[in-house]
Amino acid sequence: MPEPSFLFGQFLGGLTAAMFLFTIGAGLSLIFGVLRVLNFAHGSFYMFGAYIAWQVMTWLGPGTEYFWLAALGAATGVAVLGVVIERLLLRHLYGREELYQLLFTYALVLILADSVKIIWGTGQLSASRPPSMTGAVQIFGTTVPYYNLFIMLLGPAIALGLWLLMHRTRLGRMIRAAVMDREMLEALGANVGVLYTVMFAVGAFLAGLGGALVTPVKSIVPGMDVEVIVEVFIIVVIGGLGSLWGTFLGAVVFGQVLAFGILIMPRFSIFAVFALMAIILIVRPWGLLGKPLSR
Amino acid sequence: MSRRPVPWVLVLFLVLLCIPWLGSRLYTFIATDIAILALFALSLNLLLGYTGLVSFGHAAYFGIGAYTTAILMKTYGVPFVVAFPAAGIVAAGFALVFGFFCVRLTKIYFAMLTLAFAQIVWAICFKWNDVTGGEQGMPNVPYPDLGWMSAIPGLGSLRSGDHFYLLVLALVAVAIAALRRIVASPYGRMLSVIRENPERAEFIGINVRLYQLSAFVVAGFFAGLAGGLFGIFNRGVFPDFAYWTKSAEVLIMTILGGMGHFWGPAVGAMVLTLLNQQITSYTEYWPLILGIILIVLLFGFRGGIVGAVVALNRRLRGR
Repeated sequence: MPEPSFLFGQFLGGLTAAMFLFTIGAGLSLIFGVLRVLNFAHGSFYMFGAYIAWQVMTWLGPGTEYFWLAALGAATGVAVLGVVIERLLLRHLYGREELYQLLFTYALVLILADSVKIIWGTGQLSASRPPSMTGAVQIFGTTVPYYNLFIMLLGPAIALGLWLLMHRTRLGRMIRAAVMDREMLEALGANVGVLYTVMFAVGAFLAGLGGALVTPVKSIVPGMDVEVIVEVFIIVVIGGLGSLWGTFLGAVVFGQVLAFGILIMPRFSIFAVFALMAIILIVRPWGLLGKPLSR
Repeated sequence: MSRRPVPWVLVLFLVLLCIPWLGSRLYTFIATDIAILALFALSLNLLLGYTGLVSFGHAAYFGIGAYTTAILMKTYGVPFVVAFPAAGIVAAGFALVFGFFCVRLTKIYFAMLTLAFAQIVWAICFKWNDVTGGEQGMPNVPYPDLGWMSAIPGLGSLRSGDHFYLLVLALVAVAIAALRRIVASPYGRMLSVIRENPERAEFIGINVRLYQLSAFVVAGFFAGLAGGLFGIFNRGVFPDFAYWTKSAEVLIMTILGGMGHFWGPAVGAMVLTLLNQQITSYTEYWPLILGIILIVLLFGFRGGIVGAVVALNRRLRGR
């Protein structure tokens, strides 16, 4: 039996990874919930967020406030990119079959991946933690960096923020109405087109934010897009596509299965999460906390 | 008026048969590549174009076929005559198990579950070092023993790559002929009925799931055969063969050529391979170009290349 403090560290590691994935996955899940589009390019948005944040940090130099500025700037930049893509291209595919939407977002994956290589090259880049968060704190005999602690708190904060957005604002009411019945909402005079654009932008913003925040703990490389999209797919499928709390739960489950799976069967922990995803899809295709699609 | 139509397929086959005598190693190489990928794309179209099932994990069966042949030939020294059909049979077996669950879901969930199973296959190939070679894959898959071909008059002067090409061409031709028979049969018609209107098919007493599952298994079988050949052609098998991006690639081939026509996916495989060959000699940014082609295709040419040609032909005849 390993030491409790070790297990606790493992638990916190899993939780940190989970909250990163939740930040990204919440965007993917929101977009699917409203637009019914499974966006493969979500990982590319995440990658763009990371690269833009690195670029801004390089321009501004070290400094805590610059780090946050870079993160927000990157997320906003990716949101703008999302708006452009949605307005110019994606909206023409809403009426088409899923296959075309999937392939469209895959085309974006290809284009954005090469764009990153053209702009930033293929080398490995890295960023450092904001100077005010370089320290660490001892919790139950485990050293936890302030930055990880921040990420662990940020996840629930984002979840709460999105919940408030969806349930306590007019925009949120309209979004939920659009999920229920798009045509009815249009008939009532709402501009559903704008609503879709806003949702896509919010989703892209979250992906960009996730990418920017991950820069101090992961190296920034081409290929991070394809890697993360698989993980994010898993968490949203486990939790339920379109469900906010489902995505949160999916992320936590994923993080813990990986963190402890690696102790039990080091080589096959990744297999375990894919198997979990397949089992969920078989017995409950709409996920743990999702609702079956009405159409 | 009763002129017999030109047997274009036979003419094409005979032309392709002559490629080794052009004497270019590159031409033979590309032709082998295209032949194998054409079979892979055609197998997917049985699901996509004929049955209306969007599989986003077809690479799984390609990968399983490749690993089956490679493991049998390299690890156990089994001859090609056994290892090749085994690729199709093992892939079909997995397709039966995975498909059993997949056909219970519809639309986007079907696509996601096929993707999930493909990723499981990938993860196993990637991690099971003892059997699959793990991340490093299995290099140096042996060539089948084609010495007997040299004994055939006229073939003796050819290289082993050319011999392998002729073998691939013959096997792929047989496989494609079989696929063609399948889609033209009453069974194939039934698949199209299910694609057009599954509720109605159910209503008139067709066991829709059973038909979908059988199509899934057949498609898996042919994808497995293609994989088996590709592993040898590529001189090695790697986990990438089953990765989700590979599934996307074969989907692109199928859509590019046109899924509404039997030969569409083969045309797509050919065009994409040739384009890749040409463009990568100018620039390393092939994915960027492919992405742009794909977007143009999705917005401009819904029927793919073959669809566009057929439409153009109709318009010209109409004049």
